[in-house]
Amino acid sequence: MLYEELLEKIDDQFLSKDKQSTISVCVAAGCLALGSDKVLEELKRIFPDRKVKGVGCLGLCSRGTLVRIEPEGFVIEHAKPDNIDEIVNFIQNPEKIGDENKKFYEKQQKIVLKNCGKIDPESIEEYILNEGYKAFLKCLNELSPDEIINEVIKSGLRGRGGGGYPTGLKWSTVAKMQSPIKYLVCNADEGDPGAFMDRAILESDPHRIIEGMLIAAYAIGANRGYVYVRAEYPLAIKRLKNAIKNAERFNLLGTNIAGTTFNFNLEVRLGAGAYVCGEETALIASIEGKKGTPRPRPPYPAESGIKNYPTLINNVETYANISTIINNGSGWFASIGTDKSKGTKVFALSGNIKNTGLVEVPMGIKLYDLIFEIGGGIPNDKEFKAVQTGGPSGGCIPSEYLNTPVDYESLVHLGSIMGSGGMIVMDEDTCMVDMAKFFIDFCKSESCGKCAPCRNGTVQLYEILDKITKGEGNERDLTTMVKIANTMKKTSLCGLGQSAPNPVLSAFKYFKDEFYEHVLHRYCPAGVCKFNGGNR
Amino acid sequence: MKIKTFTIDGVELSGREDQTILEVAREHGIKIPTLCHLEGLTPIGSCRICIVEIDGKRFAPSCITKVEDGMKIVTNNSEITEYRKTILEMIFAERNHICSICIANGNCELQNLSIELGMDHFEIKNQYPRCEVDLSHEKYGIDHNRCVLCARCVRVCAKIEGAHTKDISGRGHNARIITDFARGWGEAETCTGCGKCVQVCPTGALFEKGKPVGARKKRDFLNYLKIMRGQ
Repeated sequence: MLYEELLEKIDDQFLSKDKQSTISVCVAAGCLALGSDKVLEELKRIFPDRKVKGVGCLGLCSRGTLVRIEPEGFVIEHAKPDNIDEIVNFIQNPEKIGDENKKFYEKQQKIVLKNCGKIDPESIEEYILNEGYKAFLKCLNELSPDEIINEVIKSGLRGRGGGGYPTGLKWSTVAKMQSPIKYLVCNADEGDPGAFMDRAILESDPHRIIEGMLIAAYAIGANRGYVYVRAEYPLAIKRLKNAIKNAERFNLLGTNIAGTTFNFNLEVRLGAGAYVCGEETALIASIEGKKGTPRPRPPYPAESGIKNYPTLINNVETYANISTIINNGSGWFASIGTDKSKGTKVFALSGNIKNTGLVEVPMGIKLYDLIFEIGGGIPNDKEFKAVQTGGPSGGCIPSEYLNTPVDYESLVHLGSIMGSGGMIVMDEDTCMVDMAKFFIDFCKSESCGKCAPCRNGTVQLYEILDKITKGEGNERDLTTMVKIANTMKKTSLCGLGQSAPNPVLSAFKYFKDEFYEHVLHRYCPAGVCKFNGGNR
Repeated sequence: MKIKTFTIDGVELSGREDQTILEVAREHGIKIPTLCHLEGLTPIGSCRICIVEIDGKRFAPSCITKVEDGMKIVTNNSEITEYRKTILEMIFAERNHICSICIANGNCELQNLSIELGMDHFEIKNQYPRCEVDLSHEKYGIDHNRCVLCARCVRVCAKIEGAHTKDISGRGHNARIITDFARGWGEAETCTGCGKCVQVCPTGALFEKGKPVGARKKRDFLNYLKIMRGQ
């Protein structure tokens, strides 16, 4: 089946209505929580002759509920069900809508989020009409598995889960394994506090993930796949399951896909809420039905994964890049970004920042541009203090380094990591000791308990930081803190333990004075920690 | 089978490709301290005491890392000792390890390890958790106050005896050794009462009632395990 033949399968009603002006209401989790489903229903009733549809994340989550009107391209903010009259007024007079957040949209470059906020995530037809499954059918009909892997290698795409391992290299390793059965896994166990990229992609454009996985499966010769989603994402799970059902209906999943001999079955597996299950070997154990604890590598999953068969594991965002790479060519993709980090990256902006939400920017963008231009800066005229990248596995970056380009190497050099893309901005009212305590507390409850340094180190670090925030710490505690943190970093079994001390070490590196103020003068510069007997 | 050549502490050595660094080191009389490792049991590399430095840039547990051509392995330097000591200190602080009132005093691998590494005191905070003592089994008992979660008992029960009575439940510092579905050991239907778990326990956590640990824990039993597994 060619892409043109796939297009013919689509019912006429989708073609005719799409040409009219459209009103798109965001029905991703954030806006939905504010009642966007009611807004959608009301608008459908009020404008029966226009196309009114629910779409995925429009990005500027802090101004939800968002309604976008086409062809003008304006976005109505704060479109809550209570002020439906105002919304109707704006739709009838689009010129009245301000464009104060122009910078937020203009500075972005969308590859992964191309369809987010444009198509109805529950409709496979809309996805197909927007070049959906074109790349997969091109692969199936025109390209050999080797050619596909070469395209991915040439594109320079690196894993978007945080580590930044070259995707093409991973694919070719699994492709070379001789095995009658191979597995493909999509890691959607997004657990970092402040990160919601994967959720938004699954909620807004689930077919993009399925298409990326199909291409990968064809390239490496896998016939079975799992999407491992955390159970806390009910909407993402619902839309993904719906998408799988629809893809099967169009013969894009299952047996004899698109009239060829290629078979691929995709299943959704739910995580039970353990953060460590985002680590690939723990994730495999969980899919197998075992307790989610990591095991030593090697052997790597590429060699021995699910049920000891070769297994390819990629992150949601990594798969989301694949179809565009095939459609536009690896050269085009490699022209975006920096020397070693290609393409774009989706970030979830949160914390003390005006424009909380989802953004996609080319690699190498300056942190300053991301936080102050797109993010709109710090609200309430406060000073910027630091930004935490990579969640509990990453570190904080102070204002001196705002000129740093966002790429894998630069962030590691600063003692942080790219991570999956959570970006928590902190203003002057944040106490860095308290912040470090928060993240180590998270790791303490998420440590699986298998290896001694992580199981005990997280507890000890928490105790020390807790002491310091209560004004009971001394200088010796700081020495012990660094000693334990270094031991964890060097000797822990998996990525969780190795990176758990990062927030502590980076906060201590860049905000040493603040730690010493706490232990020497019982004084919290940010005024967060409440000591017995008050500050000082 | 391929033979690999590498150096351990500057000495050129060779080993089979399926051998771990620890195995080769022990063959040549090079001492690497261990805790969770036990010859004859599947290694899991969880205690991290046996870490060595490889090629001057990374640290890996020698009990599960296979030898490779050209590896430059260092088994002991000041950095390694500091990490080992810190890990050991934290293991001591985790539960209630008070040697003077322990039935394993003088016959304890944890105690021996602290002597070996020269750890005579520690400054980190003792956790003093409230832990249970399960004496419901007619012959054996488990004292969680002395457990180091090495999972030797879990492995010997599952892989050698084939009963899989024991396992670990809970996460992080809440992890505990359990019998069957976290029932009392006396009610565990799968337990055969073989006592292998008691034999392999490095501390006084698992013991036979009415007997001092020195009389019950026969270390030559460990070689017997190795023979049983045909290794």
